[in-house]
Amino acid sequence: MLNYALRRMAFGLLVVFAVTIVLFSVMQLMPGDPIRLVADPSRIPAWRIEELRRSLGLDKPAYIQYFYWLNRLLHGDFGHSIVSGQSVSSLIAARLPYTLLLALGSLVLHYVIAVPLGLFAALRANSRIDRTIVLVVTVLRTLPGFWLGILMMILFAIKLKIFPISGYQGPLSAVLPVLTLTLPALGGTVRLTRSEVLETIREPFVLTAYAKGLPGRTVRVRHILRNALIPVTVMFFLSLPWIVGGSVIIENVFAWPGMGRLLWKAITNQDLPIVQGIIVIIAVLTVISNTIGDIISGVLDPRIRIELEEVGG
Amino acid sequence: MKLPAQLRPVLRNPQFVAGVILLLVVLFSALGADMIAPKSFEEMDIPSSLAPPSRQYPLGTDHYGRCIFSRVVYGSRIALRVGLIVVTIETVIGVSLGLLAGYYGGRVDRVISFVTDLTWALPPIVLALAIVTALGPSLNNVVIAIALVSWAGYSRLIRSKAQSLKNMPYVEAARALGESDFSIMFRYILPNTYGLIIVLATLSVPAAILSTTALSFLGLGSQPPAPDWGVILNEGIAYMHSAPWISIFPGLALVCTALGFNLLGEGLRDLLDPRMKV
Repeated sequence: MLNYALRRMAFGLLVVFAVTIVLFSVMQLMPGDPIRLVADPSRIPAWRIEELRRSLGLDKPAYIQYFYWLNRLLHGDFGHSIVSGQSVSSLIAARLPYTLLLALGSLVLHYVIAVPLGLFAALRANSRIDRTIVLVVTVLRTLPGFWLGILMMILFAIKLKIFPISGYQGPLSAVLPVLTLTLPALGGTVRLTRSEVLETIREPFVLTAYAKGLPGRTVRVRHILRNALIPVTVMFFLSLPWIVGGSVIIENVFAWPGMGRLLWKAITNQDLPIVQGIIVIIAVLTVISNTIGDIISGVLDPRIRIELEEVGG
Repeated sequence: MKLPAQLRPVLRNPQFVAGVILLLVVLFSALGADMIAPKSFEEMDIPSSLAPPSRQYPLGTDHYGRCIFSRVVYGSRIALRVGLIVVTIETVIGVSLGLLAGYYGGRVDRVISFVTDLTWALPPIVLALAIVTALGPSLNNVVIAIALVSWAGYSRLIRSKAQSLKNMPYVEAARALGESDFSIMFRYILPNTYGLIIVLATLSVPAAILSTTALSFLGLGSQPPAPDWGVILNEGIAYMHSAPWISIFPGLALVCTALGFNLLGEGLRDLLDPRMKV
């Protein structure tokens, strides 16, 4: 088991490493001389530019520059914003909690809405209500998040005036973005819970539980649901990156002060250090959540562990 | 007229029929936009700006007095074209890499699978944003970016299909007859994955259209005055209070298109191979 967990972590590190190489190459391919970011060559003498170039390490070959950059990343130094001059790590640190708040809210909603719906649908499999639930979540899946967000704002913020329309003005502001982020994704969790419950119901231990004379409610919660929750938890971790990706767009709809909004502003300003910093952070978060998901499922189900090892992770 | 026997179960499937009808409407409006739309997509009528839906402007007007109905109708051209191009590029990349990985196995497989895993290690939209940052904002660059980050699903499925097909007796026979690897991959294995590819491609169109529209919405793709649904939605945000129709109808068109492709794809899957795992 330890061997498996170590292999997953090593793979995760390799992925983060590869992401930094890709990012660095993109940066190298960008048109323009990077020295322009710190000095205007038309106003500063050439010898001074050369000196700057040397002091910044820009005279070195690209791969040496890459290792310098990687070294700084490892020490938490993501550079400084070209526009505001603030340190990128402090900018990200100020925004990250807001994005994580959205992800956390989404996690809670998945358990509060999707899991009970999936359980409910499975216990009444193939009934009209089951088909309705499956149809509704299928339609929800095609809703573009940014449009759903606009509709929510029109309905709940402008017409009904229940929630603040945008920005962060206290915890209530999180309700609409979290709903927008979660509703289209509910379908996956509902379907997974439903199929897991349907599978668990057929297990002999469920029959035993009923045969012991346990009340139906106890069997449903303690025997069926508990086992079905395992894959749902794993899937949540595996889909966390998609939630973070979705929040990049949703945050901009709601002017939510998270990382996604920062990323968008940086892209429109061509503020490369911020873009790189955020993408590295998102890659690290993604790899961590994928690795946690893989390890949980490996611990709980040895068959998955073997399958993944065969794929060559 | 008598229908071919294979088509009958499909036509009895209401979801499939609904999907086909939705897509016919979208296709019709894209092809016949010049006839359907009462105005051009950029014709301004400042005195009647932000007018609610009326007989003259069926879906109302925006802040320049442009007809939202006409803009949405013309927007279907952009959406369909973008969906088609993205899916074509990702199919070509994903299928070729999947075939190579599945057929050759070994080191080739390991390298390709690592690259595939890599594109799955970041949220696709974030990776696409990174590419757009490097290339600069424009619809073409967004199309390239989305296509480059979303072929992994194809390559995984085609890889496993190729792995199982390459040991079939007819492939061994071809090899014994001296067919080259290239010919075996593309003339013997590939045709047997067509069903899978068609279903996968159809089901990928909604994601392709949704992501490109999302990036246009963020101002990184199509630029105004293009009647891209994402651009219209972006312009509508400022007028959510006074003119919510600007924000409602382009999204509705987007959902109908996405739903149409999803229903069509699921119907095709049931028709071609109900056990297919896509």
